[in-house]
This record gives sequence, structure tokens and C-alpha cells, in this order.
Amino acid sequence: MREQIDVAIIGGGPAGLSAAIELKRFGVKQIIVLERESEAGGIPRHCGHYPFGMREYKQLLTGTQYAKKLVRSAIKAGVNILTSTSVIEVKQGGTLAIVSNQGMREISAKRVIYATGVRETPRAARLVSGSRPLGVINTGALQAMVFLEKQKPFERPVIIGSELVAFSAIQTCKHAKISPVAMIEEAKNVTAQWPIQYYTKLAGLPLHLETKLTKIISDESNIKVSAIEVENSKGEKQIIECDGVIFTGQFTPEASLARCGHLQIDDATNGPIVDQYGRCSDPVYFAAGNILRPVETSGWSWNEGRQIGHIVANDLAGKLPSPDNFIKIITASEIIKYAMPHKLSLDNNRANDIKNGMHNGMKNLQLRFTKRAKGYLVASINKKEIYRKKLTVFPEKRVLIPMQELTDNANAKQIILSFEEI
Amino acid sequence: MSMNSNNMNSLSLSPMTSDVFDIIVIGAGVVGCAVARQFTLEGAKVAVIEKASDILDGASKANSAILHTGFDAPANSIELSCIKSGFEEYHKIHKQLNLPIEKTGAHVVAWNDGEAAKIHGILSKAHDNGISDAKMISAEQLLIKEPNLGKNAQGAIYIPDEAIIDPWSAPYAYLKQSIINGGQIFLHTQVLGGDFDGDIWEIKTSRGTIKSRHIINCAGLYGDELNKILLGDAKFEITPRKGQFVVFDKVSAKIINSIILPVPNNRTKGVVLCRTIFGNLLLGPTAQDQKSRTDASTNEQDLQELIDIGIKKIPALKNMPITATYAGLRPATQFKEYQIETKPEKNHLTIGGIRSTGLSSALGIAKYVYKLYEDMGLKHSKIKNPKLPESASILAQDGKRDWQKENHGEIICHCEMVSEREIKAALKEPLKANSLAGLKRQTRVTMGRCQGFYCSAKLSQMTKGLFENPIAKDITKNTHDAKDIQS
Repeated sequence: MREQIDVAIIGGGPAGLSAAIELKRFGVKQIIVLERESEAGGIPRHCGHYPFGMREYKQLLTGTQYAKKLVRSAIKAGVNILTSTSVIEVKQGGTLAIVSNQGMREISAKRVIYATGVRETPRAARLVSGSRPLGVINTGALQAMVFLEKQKPFERPVIIGSELVAFSAIQTCKHAKISPVAMIEEAKNVTAQWPIQYYTKLAGLPLHLETKLTKIISDESNIKVSAIEVENSKGEKQIIECDGVIFTGQFTPEASLARCGHLQIDDATNGPIVDQYGRCSDPVYFAAGNILRPVETSGWSWNEGRQIGHIVANDLAGKLPSPDNFIKIITASEIIKYAMPHKLSLDNNRANDIKNGMHNGMKNLQLRFTKRAKGYLVASINKKEIYRKKLTVFPEKRVLIPMQELTDNANAKQIILSFEEI
Repeated sequence: MSMNSNNMNSLSLSPMTSDVFDIIVIGAGVVGCAVARQFTLEGAKVAVIEKASDILDGASKANSAILHTGFDAPANSIELSCIKSGFEEYHKIHKQLNLPIEKTGAHVVAWNDGEAAKIHGILSKAHDNGISDAKMISAEQLLIKEPNLGKNAQGAIYIPDEAIIDPWSAPYAYLKQSIINGGQIFLHTQVLGGDFDGDIWEIKTSRGTIKSRHIINCAGLYGDELNKILLGDAKFEITPRKGQFVVFDKVSAKIINSIILPVPNNRTKGVVLCRTIFGNLLLGPTAQDQKSRTDASTNEQDLQELIDIGIKKIPALKNMPITATYAGLRPATQFKEYQIETKPEKNHLTIGGIRSTGLSSALGIAKYVYKLYEDMGLKHSKIKNPKLPESASILAQDGKRDWQKENHGEIICHCEMVSEREIKAALKEPLKANSLAGLKRQTRVTMGRCQGFYCSAKLSQMTKGLFENPIAKDITKNTHDAKDIQS
């Protein structure tokens, strides 16, 4: 007999664990968190640096401390966490094939929450030229080496990219006494809004803006990195000697399980297509945390997990509107990288929905932009403008639009979002 | 093991020996491995010398992983006969060696009128080459079989027996069978020179001298240089031909069923699209002649052009995530034909210029070369009941994988579903992995979509002290007061 449970949560990071705790709080009984690593906690597990936990615990913690605290809270709430357990297949209607050291089995859940997080884009998918030696890794791998295994793969790496995670890379290097030799960023400006204290610490690290990594160079045996070649906006090339390369950021949801399964995927977020309840194209599946979109902090993901946990509890109690009646959200300007959620599910009595704040789904539409620009963000229904706001947008910086501002027209089929640059 | 210990010790290389071998195979690529197996099973005392710390480190590390039928090989060539007998032998032994094969069939697709005119010639060549079930199919039939192909496909030649295999586990199994039946492997051993006294070769290597009655040059990209070192000259010159590839995510494998081949030109087979036995979709190779025998770098612009070619053929590739990019070097010469030659007066055989069909033909080449050896008046007595190597895990996507069985430990590489037990097995003799590259070829760790994001740290831990070039080194205690790690 296949095991029958109420909710299966795939992934035991901040979003998955907080969803589980919230479900417990609302009286849902059988909840299993499936975690493929040998310990739950997710990415924060190997972030041995600050700051974590402010939102959740009102404490300043390292990621490692925070992950442990999260797991303890979940266990205390009575959540069943299965570690070293991988989901290998998801099926229509909530059946999951899972595998552990004991072999394979199936479980069947009334609802499933995807909380599989994000990862950085590796070197290969960026098509970077050059040879393929050791010591070319993402920040995530570096953090796990340094904080979990107490090892370091290089002494003098270059750091590619300047998203917030690049600062985690710097801190991780500092911890292991690794001395980065340069930070390379293709854009005119640093992507992350720099926390000022790092500015000074960074003083010793040369920052190459408007510079593209053009080649990874290795020794004759192709085993070790010896240098990189970069090119600036004037087309001038420069060789920077180093012994490793850290590719930071360019996050992408770890949605391969969903992709290889049956859910519809959005090519913009690379996560599942969801409504404001985080509900996927198969309505027994939900998503929470960074699988929804790249990328937010663990605090944000934790909060989102909590919210989706509450929503799923409501859904089990029959309190969610049908997924069949919805308004589509469409982005019409290339500068808009993505908008999430992708649709708004509404009850038959749409006007009511709008008045009631749409059953406590996500309050805001989340947007990201591909570059820095000034202009007007415009939403329209049937060519009629319903929202206009003057904005300066930055790459990788979230823009939120309150849902209620978008839905004054109860008969709309779709909302079109565009950005008029000025 | 302490990282301060001599790294060479960590390689656990077999000690040099004063034994006199019947055969020394120089180069442990796919051809060298197949030749070692053949000669060992025929009863010869065989040693294989390889300059890298793991086998398959040259041309054999990167190819398109297709087992060809030989339908388009040059008529009456040694290449054709070796591909055909290699193809046959692989089918004969793959079950006992636990090697996967998937008969996907191939379509040589004509994309314009010029190519449509040419494929008739390809069909008659296939028939002349003995591939009698090759047949012409119309554009309509093709699109029923391959609905995701671009609509400008004009028709195709269908070759039902073309198949995909695991390009690494096959040669590993060949060499392992040699080793458990008495063959020896000397890794990290580069040939520096040699003397032949009319009866015995004394080969000088980076690790000492080793003796043998006969030498077989399987040095791939260095075949000409090796002949210059040992014989004083070479009849051919290697011009490495680089082939760059793009591997798409497993999610894209369902968009094609068969191997999609182009109409070839004089120089190359052209850009192929096929599934891999591991469940990905492969696009490539490019064909770029170069001088360097080591530069297997990729180039962003070339890869982008390759992807554009792929999208033209299969529009659905457009939004498919990319898993990996790589490049291989094929040991092309000034000749189209394989350069297989014997020098009886020097007890020397050369297997050179095995360009792009080596994986398909290796077992056939081994048989052919043993025949040449016999023709030199030499013979051994066949091993009666040759032992089979303990079978490695099948890594094929549709095979029975280790993670599906109990007690595999943990899954370490989640993208490729590689178990702890598989990794531990690959770190044991025979042919234990001595580098991350070797471990990748034996287990597929880090070869999936995350490229080591999730598992590099664990692998670094599991291979601590085992690799000459470790994935990472210990952070020494005095490096930093690591309080916050402990919290």
C-alpha cells in the first residue's frame, strides 16, 4: 500500500520548513518534508557568515546557526523530516516516487509543496570560453567546501559578478584566508546595493566594471587555472593571473524535477507557472520560496513558505477558489525580466474577490528588470490603463505592485505590463 | 591520509617491473584499451602505458558517443571493416560486460535541394557498405517519426541500427577485462625513448625502464611524435581537429528520438544532434584544425553558432537549458584512412589517425591488429575461460541504476543520481580514479545541470588524499579561528 499523507514538501530549506511549521500550526496532521541532503536547512547551512535570522528570530545569526534553528523549530512543531531522501518523480495528482538508502517507494499526498530553491548558473551554461580546469566553481560550492568540509579549492581566485551573493563569496574567502584578486562585472554598475561596511573591506579588491570575462586560461595540462582574459568596454583585453574562478549569481530555480514532470514552467522565471496562491498548473501542487523566481533572501523565502503553508491549509479546508477562472498576467517589454505570479485566480464572484483582497494570496506582484532604467511601469486591461508608476529600476532589484491596484476590472482576461523608458 | 604526504604515493601506481612483456600498448584511449583486451585474451602478456593519471584522457575523453554501423565510411577501407567488426563485437560482448546500448536509429536529413540530391548517393553507399536495411524516407514520414524537426527537412536516409552507448564505461570495461586476466596498467608514465636490440624493446619512461618484445603505438594525438621518438620518423602527421559540443538538459531529450545526422562533406561528418545514453541531448561537433595537442578549450562564439545551427534543425531547442559544454580533439592526419602499419623488423605496430570513429571501431581495430600480428608469425594460446570484470554500474538513464537498489548509501550527485557506493567503487582498484576527471568519466559526478554546485564539497571530502591534484585542500587550523563553523 502506498503511504497516504496530507502534505509532502519537497525541500527542507527555509521555505519548506516554514511551510511545514505553518501547516502544523493550522492543524494539518501528516506532513513530510523530503530533503535530499543528509541534513535539512537548505542553502543557509553552508553560509557560515552573517546576517541571517533577523526577520524570523529577531537575532543576528550566521546561516549555519540559522539553519540549525530552523530545523529545531520544525522538529519541535512535530514536522517529520526525511533526510537523504530524494524525490525522483512527481506524478499527476500528488503521487511522488522517492528513494533513500532503503530503496524506492511511493507516497501519495493530498497536496505537494515544491520548495527546492535556486542555484547559481554554472560556467558551462554561460558558454564561457577557455579551458576547463579544476577550481572553476560557483559560490554555493565554495561555501559548502569552506563551511561544511573546511577545505578550500584555491588561494587567489577572481570573482565573476556583483550580485549580493558575490559578497557572500568575499566573506567566505575571507573566512578561509583566500585572497580574491579581482571582481569582474559586465554592467556599468555593481548589481547589488552595497552594504557600506563592505565598501571599505573591498578597498583592496580591484573592481572591473563594464568588463567581460572572455577566456579561462589554464596550465598546459589543463588541470589548474593560471589566468583569465577580460575585455573592457573599449575592447581592450587584459590578462589577470589567478588560480581559480568563482561564478556568482545568475540564479535559476532548481525546478528540474518539475520540468521533467508535468508542471508548466515559465521561461522567464524558470520556475513553475503559479497563481497568487503559489498554485501550479496541477492544482494539488504548490510552490514556495526561491523556486518561484530568482532570487530572494532566505528571510523572504521563509516568509513566503509560511504564507504558502497557510494557503495550503486553507485549500485542504476547501477555502480556495477554483484555479479554472483566472486573469493572466503578461509582460510586454523586454526590460521586464519576469513578473510572478503569472495569473490571478478569482472566484465566480470576481468583484467580491477584489474587495476581499483575494483570499490572502500573495499581496504583491513581484517584478525584476534586466537593466538600470528610468520610466513608467504601466498595467493595462483591454488597452485601458489601470496603473502607472514612475520608477527607476535596477537589475536584480525587486519591484512590487500591490495586487489590488491591478484588478479593478472584474471581467478582465489578461493584464498587460509594460515599461515606458524615459 | 595527510595532504603533506607525497602526492605521487596517493596515486598508488603499480611499481615498474623487470618482467619482459609480449606487448606494450602505449596509450590508454579507447583503442589502446580494446587492443589490450584483445591481446590479453589471446594469451599475450600485456602492459599498457599511459602518460596521464587516468585512462581516456586524450582524444577518447570527448566524442559523440555513437556506435556507428559504418554506413557512410569510405568503401573498401580499413576504417569500414573495423567499424563493422567493432560494431558486431560490441553487440556480442556488451551484455557480459554490463555495457549499455540503445538502438535509436539515425536519420541523415537533407535540409535543402542540394542535400536532397546528395542523399541518394549516401543510400547507395550504405547499401554498398553492407547496411542493407538503410532506406530513404520522405519528409512526411520523417516528421511523423521526429515531429520536432524543423519543417524545412526534405527527407532522410534512415539507418535503423545506429546506436548510442556510454563512451567511457566501454573502454573501462575493455581494460578491466585485460587487467583481471593478467594485463598491467602503468599510469602517469610517459614514454621518453626506447631501444630495440633486434629482439626486445627497452622503453625508457618517466618512471623507469620497461621491457617488451613488441610495441603497439596507440598514442592517439601523439601517434606521430611517438613514432618519431621510437622509430626515428613517422609516416603521418597529426593535425588535431577540435570538436566542440553542447549538452542540453535532460528535459530536452524527449524532443528527438533518433540520431539526426547532416549530409556530410569531405572533411567531417558535420553537426550531429542525438540523445546521450545518460538522457541528455547532445549537439556538435564543430571541426576546427589546430596545432595544439592539448588545447581543448571551448569558444563562446563557436558554441553560440553551434546552438543556432541546432535551433534551425530543432526549433524547440531554443529555450532548453544548457547543462555542459566541452571540446574534444580528434587525431586527424593528412590521410582520410586509418594509419595502421606494421614494422616487423622493429617488432612495432602503429595504430594512428583514428579520427572520429574510434569508439565504434576500437574492438574491430583490436581484432584486425591481432591478425596483423599473427601474420608476422606470432601466436599465443588463447585464455580458456577469460574472467569477466566485476561489472561497474550501468550509468544509462534507462538502465537499472545503483540508486534504485538498497544500501547505495547517500545520493551524492543529485543531478546525475550518483550514489555514494558508486563513487567508493570508482575509488578502488582496478583502475581507481586518480583525478576528478577520471572520477567523472567513471561515475558522471558533477556532469549534470548544476555542474558541481551541490556536490563538489562532498566529493572533495570523499577524495581527500586520493588525487594528485585535489579538488580542494584542507584549511589549516591556524588559518582562521573557525568559531562560527561550529555553532
